[in-house]
Amino acid sequence: MRALAWHGTHDVRVDTVPDPEIINPRDAILKITSTAICGSDLHLYDGVIPGVQPGDVLGHEFMGEVVETGSDSTLEKGQRVVVPFTISCGGCFHCKIQQYSACENSNPAEKQDMSASLYGHPMAALFGYSHLTGGYSGGQAEYVRVPFSDVGPIVIPDHLEDEKVLFLSDILPTGWMGAENAEIQPDDTVAVWGCGPVGLFAIQSAIVMGASKVIAIDHYPNRLNLAKQLGAETIDFRKTDVREALMEMSGGIGVDAVIDAVGMEAHGFAVDNMLDIAKQKIGMGADRASVLKQAILAVRPGGRVSIPGVYGGMTDKFPLGALMEKGLQVRSGQTHVQRYTKDLLEKIEDGTLDTTFLISHRLPLEDAARGYKCFHDEQDSWTKVVLKPDMSAGEKAT
Amino acid sequence: MEKRQEIGIAGTVAGLALVAGGAAFGAMLSRRHKGGSDDAPLFTRRKPGTDNPILGRTVTIRKGRSELYEFWRDFENLPRFMENVDEIRKDGDARIWVIKAPAGQTVEVRTEVVSDVENQTIAWRSVEGSDIETNGEVTFADAPGDRGTRVSLVMFYDPPAGSLGRVIAKAFQREPEVQARHDLKRFKMLMETGEIATSAHRKDNTRKAKQQENEQ
Ligand SMILES: [Zn+2]
Ligand SMILES: [Zn+2]
Repeated sequence: MRALAWHGTHDVRVDTVPDPEIINPRDAILKITSTAICGSDLHLYDGVIPGVQPGDVLGHEFMGEVVETGSDSTLEKGQRVVVPFTISCGGCFHCKIQQYSACENSNPAEKQDMSASLYGHPMAALFGYSHLTGGYSGGQAEYVRVPFSDVGPIVIPDHLEDEKVLFLSDILPTGWMGAENAEIQPDDTVAVWGCGPVGLFAIQSAIVMGASKVIAIDHYPNRLNLAKQLGAETIDFRKTDVREALMEMSGGIGVDAVIDAVGMEAHGFAVDNMLDIAKQKIGMGADRASVLKQAILAVRPGGRVSIPGVYGGMTDKFPLGALMEKGLQVRSGQTHVQRYTKDLLEKIEDGTLDTTFLISHRLPLEDAARGYKCFHDEQDSWTKVVLKPDMSAGEKAT
Repeated sequence: MEKRQEIGIAGTVAGLALVAGGAAFGAMLSRRHKGGSDDAPLFTRRKPGTDNPILGRTVTIRKGRSELYEFWRDFENLPRFMENVDEIRKDGDARIWVIKAPAGQTVEVRTEVVSDVENQTIAWRSVEGSDIETNGEVTFADAPGDRGTRVSLVMFYDPPAGSLGRVIAKAFQREPEVQARHDLKRFKMLMETGEIATSAHRKDNTRKAKQQENEQ
C-alpha cells in the first residue's frame, strides 16, 4: 500500500509499504477514505518529538471502511467508522473512569519505559505518533490496523459525508474538552490563544456552552477572520498588548478562563522564548511555553486554565507564584476522545456544530508531502488539509 | 559482537529470574512488609552499592483475586505473557521451565511449588542441581473499591559460579527487573483485555515472531 512515512526533520514521503494485517483478536483493518494532517503532526515534522524512526507511518486523524475484522472485533465489514487518535482498551481502571487517554494497556509493555521515565507514568498509545506512544502505524495511508476496534471507532450513518465527521477523531473533541476543562459558565469571558483547528473548535465549543464573550488571539488574519465568523472577538497579538486588551475587554476583572490551544511551538516574541528555542534544538526538554505563561498572567484570580495545546518536556521561568497566589485551577491532557464521540456526533447531525468551515485544502494522499510543507509554511491560508487516498494525483479539488 | 552476546544472555537470565532457592529468600519474604522503620516493601529499599538480587513489582489488575490466582496457578499459562519462557510443563510434582538461552538454545529449570494458599499466594523454587537458583512468589490482594486485585511478584536469584555466572550476574543488575516489569504488564493486558498489545504492522513483525526468527 501507499503511506506517508517520516524520514527526518522536514522530510516526509509517500512510500510503498506492506499492507497491515490482523494480529490480535480485537483488531480491525480499515481502508482509509479520509485522513487529515494535524497541527501536532507538525511537531513530528519539525523533529521536536523524540522516538520517531525513519519509515514510521504518520497520521492520527482518519476514518475509513472496515475491510477485515479479528475474531473479537464488534465491527462489521463495510461499516464506515471514525477512529479516535487515542488507543484505549476499554478494560483498565482509567478506561473505566473514562480517562481514555490514560489507558494502561494500549502502549506495548516494552515501549512503556520511555515515557515512564520522562513522566513518572507511561503514556497511552496514539496512532502514528512516535514510539513514546507505542509506535503504532498511522492512518495517512491506504490501510490501517486498528487495535481494540470494539472500543474506539464510532460507526457513521451513511447520510453524513466524511468531512462532517472526520474531525471526531481528534480536533473536535480536543477543542470541546479544551472548553470543558475551562469550565465555561454562562456569564464568562473566555480567552483562547491560537486559532488553528483546535483553537477554532474550542471557540465554537465555548460559544455552544454559553460563554458570554469569547476572545480569540492569533496573528494570522484569515484565522482570526474564521474565529470572528464563529462569533468570537479577536486580538492580533502582533498589533496589540494582549494582557492590556484582555483586562479592558473583561471590564478590568480579567478573563474568567483561558485556553492555551497553541502548545510548545508558540511564535511569541518573549525573550525567554528564544532561549527555549535554543534549548529545544539540543533535544527534548525545553518547551516554548510563552503562551501558557501569558495566559496564566491574564486570567483573573480564581480563574481556570485549560491546556489542550501539546507540551512534551520541561519549561523554566514558569509563573508559579501567579498560579498559587491567584488560586488558579489548571486542567489539561490528551483528549479522552471516546468520552465525547457519541454526543458530538449528535451535535454534528443536529447542526449545533459545524466542522467543515476550516477545511482549506483537499489533496490526494500522493501529495501528502506538499500538504505538510504548505500546512507548515502557510498557516494563514492552509488552515486544515484533508488527504484522500482515492483521489487521483491529477485531480485538483479544493 | 560482544555486546550482542551480553544482551542475549541478559534476556535468558531475565527469564530465569522468573523461575523462582536459598534459605535467605524465605526469610526475606516473611520480612517483606516489616523490613524496617517504615511500611514500604523491602524491595523498594535504597540499595547503596550492593547487587541486591531481590526484586519485586506490583500491578493492579481489574479482575477478581480468584480469577487471577487460578490463571497463574495453571503454570502452563505463564509463557503467554513471560517473554523468555518458551514452555512450562508438568513432570510429576515438579514443573520444567523451558527458558530461552543465547544462540537459539534453551535451558530447562526444574521447579517445585513450596507454598500455595488459595486466592492469596503461590511460591515456587528451583530444585537442587539447577544452574541457577531462583525463588519466586506471587501474591494477590484486594484493591480498594472496584479496582480489582493488587498482584505482587517478588523474585530472588543466585547466579552460577564461573565466567558465565559473572556475565549473568552483571546482566542481572538491570535486566531481570525490566523483564519482570514487562511480564507483569503483559499479564495485566492479557487479563484485562484478552490480548497483549503490539504495535506491529504485520504478523511477522511482532516481537515473538522476530525472536523465533533469531533463534533459527
Ligand atoms: Zn491531531
Ligand atoms: Zn484501557
